Amino acid sequence: MKTHTIDELQEVAKEVRRDVVKMILKAGAGHPAGSLGMVDVFVALYYAILRNDPKNPEWEDRDRLILSNGHICPARYAVMSHVGYFEHKNLLKLGSFKSILQGHPDKRFLSSLETTSGPLGSGLAQAAGIAYAARMDQKRFRTFVITSDGEHDEGNHWEAVAFVGKNNLSNLTMIVDRNNIQIDGFTEEVMPLEPLIDKYKAFHWAILEVDGHNIKEIVEACNKARAIYENPTVIIARTIPGKGVPFMEGNPNWHSKAPNSDEVREAIKDIRNMKGEIEDY
Amino acid sequence: MLNSKLFLSDKIFKKDIEVKLMRDGFGLGLLEAGEKDPRIVVLSADLKESTKASYFAEKFPERFIEVGVAEQALVTIASGMANYGKIPFCTSYAIFSPGRNWEQIRTTIGIDSYPVKIIGAQSGLNIGHYGVTHQGLEDIALMTVIPNMNVVVPSDYLEAKKAILLMAEDNKPYYMRLPRIESPVYTTEKTPFKFGKANVLTESKNPEVTIVATGLMVYEALLAYKELEKNGIETIVVNMHTIKQIDEETIIRQAKLTGAVVTVEEHQVIGGLGSIVSSVLSNNFPVPMEILGVQDRFGQSGKPKELFEEYGLTKEDIIKAVKKVIARKNS
Ligand SMILES: Cc1ncc(C[n+]2csc(CCOP(=O)(O)OP(=O)(O)O)c2C)c(N)n1
Ligand SMILES: [Mg+2]
Repeated sequence: MKTHTIDELQEVAKEVRRDVVKMILKAGAGHPAGSLGMVDVFVALYYAILRNDPKNPEWEDRDRLILSNGHICPARYAVMSHVGYFEHKNLLKLGSFKSILQGHPDKRFLSSLETTSGPLGSGLAQAAGIAYAARMDQKRFRTFVITSDGEHDEGNHWEAVAFVGKNNLSNLTMIVDRNNIQIDGFTEEVMPLEPLIDKYKAFHWAILEVDGHNIKEIVEACNKARAIYENPTVIIARTIPGKGVPFMEGNPNWHSKAPNSDEVREAIKDIRNMKGEIEDY
Repeated sequence: MLNSKLFLSDKIFKKDIEVKLMRDGFGLGLLEAGEKDPRIVVLSADLKESTKASYFAEKFPERFIEVGVAEQALVTIASGMANYGKIPFCTSYAIFSPGRNWEQIRTTIGIDSYPVKIIGAQSGLNIGHYGVTHQGLEDIALMTVIPNMNVVVPSDYLEAKKAILLMAEDNKPYYMRLPRIESPVYTTEKTPFKFGKANVLTESKNPEVTIVATGLMVYEALLAYKELEKNGIETIVVNMHTIKQIDEETIIRQAKLTGAVVTVEEHQVIGGLGSIVSSVLSNNFPVPMEILGVQDRFGQSGKPKELFEEYGLTKEDIIKAVKKVIARKNS
């Protein structure tokens, strides 16, 4: 693939955001907040980081991208269509009967997704299995895995954090979507995660932090992770849920206001179901 | 003819029959149970709104416990609370609870028979859009296989409400599955509801087949019954709302009466209602049977109607199965 300037990638991200909103509105269901928040990360990965070939998705030595928090698949789908994995017109069939783009990533319908996912907390362990096996066979590819902050509540996730740390899987890079929300409210209210960095440190991971909407920073962090041979790397991407859609992100309450207030709860709900325009599961 | 002793809705086959969420029946029933018994506590695994645990949470915030996306902790914390003397209700989706935490339920709730109530919402194909990873089609099998566990599958809003009030008063572990979509409220407040006692919804002088259904499939079976009746085929529809302890007596009596049984469930046929009914009949009074359900396949995205068609769970599929089982009986 040709290389792109950061400006070009920002333009792509804008188009992808438009796609994501249209897809979710058409489907009448989905998770706009998480999806929009991770658009820049997916653009950075597919355009500037992953060593892969959309025309040859089964290439043995491709970098792997595992999406653990499968509910944000609309963003991944949209970026995949832009780099040529499938035709753009498929996007509007998100979650419909027999569509290659199922409501959650379903590898039976689209093998380039690498895994079928949606149930939270399992993606890191799957990625660890891939990375461990690849290292056994001296493979050079890298395994990337995206996880959400909410799924850090799951034991399965932390079991894998320990495994990856113990085995120094330096061929694995995890990007955490740190958007501070989950379904029942702010993460720090539902189940506090902080101090997240200290937790990963304790498990012998290398830690990088990025602004999840700064494509340049994301690319640099991923390149840096490739050069770390002693540890697995976690990149904590600070993201804004609903990023790019004014009525979704316009609310400054996201980072400041007391988590308990009804207004904030309402705002979270609004963002999750696009002000009631899509079905709330 | 409808069984007059059950006081079913007089709008049962009318277009304007009321449709409601069974989840709402559960949520409002739970609120009522919580008012009666201060020992009741409700636990959520980051799915407060969609499981309708939110009604209870708003009224009794001090008895509502948020555990985060952590289904294994959900049921084991509940086990501890029951060990102490509370009556915990665990709310999540069927695919995650009991899907993800089965051994914890078996060991920490089943063996010592703690009165923990596990609510699996968004079960079945009808979750639609979300697809294969979220369609709990194995939960009945997972829960019926645990000794001491009771398994309930309501067929409308009112049954869900009645069920929750009854299980709150019973000092035993329960699992209740709930669908996502709205469905016709074909029963009334006066319709009797007792665990382990199936409701025989229709009567006939000369019935040829008994259709045993559960959950959303009960109303589908009633529609099949109606159409078959027009074509001169009389059937009996049984609402098997309790899968465990199963009502063996009604199953055997029905088999003797009609000599042929069709079962219908929105669940895998292996280990579900059909498996259990057939084992009751094999042990007591074998008759020809047709088992409708998901035939050892995984689900996928789609509208509920498209999925019911794809997986053979429509009125038409029931009618076909009835005709087939009659042919087998008479051959
Ligand atoms: C094991 C499991 N339990 C529950 C769910 C339901 N669920 C879907 S998204 C979600 C919120 C998790 O928070 P996060 O992933 O941070 O959400 P986002 O920031 O994208 O809104 C939950 C609980 C699930 N998918 N998997
Ligand atoms: Mg989040």
